[in-house]
Amino acid sequence: MRRKLNAKLGILSLYVAIAISIGFLLIFIFSIFYKGSSVLSWSFLFSAPRAAMTEGGIWPALVGTFWLSFLAVLISVPVGILSAVYLNCYAQKGNWVSLVKICVNTLAGIPSIIFGLFGMALFVNLMGFQVSLLSGALTLAVVSLPIVINASYEAISSVSGDFMEASYALGASKRQSILRIMIPTAMPNILTSVILVTGRVAGETAPIMFTAATFFNRQLPRSVFDEVMALPYHIFALMTEGTHADQQVPIAYGSALVLLLLVLLISGSALILRYQLRKKRQW
Amino acid sequence: MVKIKTSNLNLHFGQNHVLKNVNLEIEEKKITAIIGPSGCGKSTLLRTFNRMNDFKDDMKISGSIMVGDQDIYLDKIDLSHLRAKVGMVFQKPNPFPKSIYKNVSYGLDIQGKFSKSEIQAKVEESLCAAWLWEEVKDRLHSPAMSLSGGQQQRLCIARALANSPEVLLLDEPTSALDPQSTARIEELCVALKQRVSILIVTHNIAQAGRISDYTAFMYLGEVVEYADTSQMFTVPKDKRTEAYLNGVFG
Repeated sequence: MRRKLNAKLGILSLYVAIAISIGFLLIFIFSIFYKGSSVLSWSFLFSAPRAAMTEGGIWPALVGTFWLSFLAVLISVPVGILSAVYLNCYAQKGNWVSLVKICVNTLAGIPSIIFGLFGMALFVNLMGFQVSLLSGALTLAVVSLPIVINASYEAISSVSGDFMEASYALGASKRQSILRIMIPTAMPNILTSVILVTGRVAGETAPIMFTAATFFNRQLPRSVFDEVMALPYHIFALMTEGTHADQQVPIAYGSALVLLLLVLLISGSALILRYQLRKKRQW
Repeated sequence: MVKIKTSNLNLHFGQNHVLKNVNLEIEEKKITAIIGPSGCGKSTLLRTFNRMNDFKDDMKISGSIMVGDQDIYLDKIDLSHLRAKVGMVFQKPNPFPKSIYKNVSYGLDIQGKFSKSEIQAKVEESLCAAWLWEEVKDRLHSPAMSLSGGQQQRLCIARALANSPEVLLLDEPTSALDPQSTARIEELCVALKQRVSILIVTHNIAQAGRISDYTAFMYLGEVVEYADTSQMFTVPKDKRTEAYLNGVFG
């Protein structure tokens, strides 16, 4: 009798835990939709802010976020994959690999505002890139690097040793086996994590605050040395520095909604891509 | 004609003396079976012939192995060339997660010295030789993983044949397969000895009896007995061989 009761209580606590997690998510999404959907329209997406940001849209911020995320991923993915290949295939197993992995994980745990300060010190000032798309993308690349390294490392270690052995037995060198067998086999898993990282990078605010983002810029960036607007920073600016709260808060929620949809879209496409790739090559 | 000759071959993994003074002469274009209980060193011996033990850091080897007229443990040996000439098929079918065609062309692709049409011809020829062509000719570009286990293993054989090997090493090639696929691979081996010398490691004594011309019985790292298969299976010279063949241990 007592055992049965305990089992029931245990199951109940599981349900409650799930209800809490899903409940908060639903409330969160609902409130963003509720407060943001009133301003949403095509012209909101495709026009620049007007009248001291009390009217108009978010097009420059959208474009800025696109370029920031795209360039950041373009930089961090090759570096991340190459690091993972080095750790898996070339580094002496043991202390050295452990040390590097600890460093990578520590990097992953650093608060993003610190990356912002670091980016400002290194890219903006020391390297002289100024507050620009380039500085921001580089800083975001550093933020995403540990995630890309860890994901690629896992993907590459899960490639079966049988494939590598077969490749060697056919006369392939280590380099050929890595390039033609190991990386292509790991690619579906690497790709999904790359897309998830893109979503994460698109939403980061702190790393671009001092390195790339500007409060207001009617122009779209013409080179990597231009300052850009970015969605997360745009929301931040509207909520903290606005002088016409009644007009600007709905715009902030609208921007938040667009950002949320963007990230959901990116994550969703990762899921679909993974599904497609898994279906295509089953083993 | 002798194809492979080992002289005083000794191999250690760390402190482990795995192969003890092995002296074997493997005949050309015959099937030689290596049998023996688990852990006796038969797979390790097989892997010395294409230097697949080299990946283990603590491996030490002494003595010599001649393949044809070449000592394959000389420093200057080209490993890619050796492994193309001495092909290998593993216990578990392990086609690459690529198309059927790409699996077979892999060995030629990496050599980078063949034209597209040469590779195409060789792929067809190898698939025919491995008795797989009829089954896959209409879907050469489908994933190799869509084939059945027996077909996958024949694909692995075709993949090795594409390199035009002189020797084919088979490491328990049928132990993961059903009886029908096993029978087909055995028949295939017999057909293939027209063109290559075959060395097969097997747990299956009956299989060695069915297909091999010569048999080596290994026990605790030594080659205890090496003879004509029919002779060994009827009148084994060594007591240990007799006990193993009679299923006293294994």
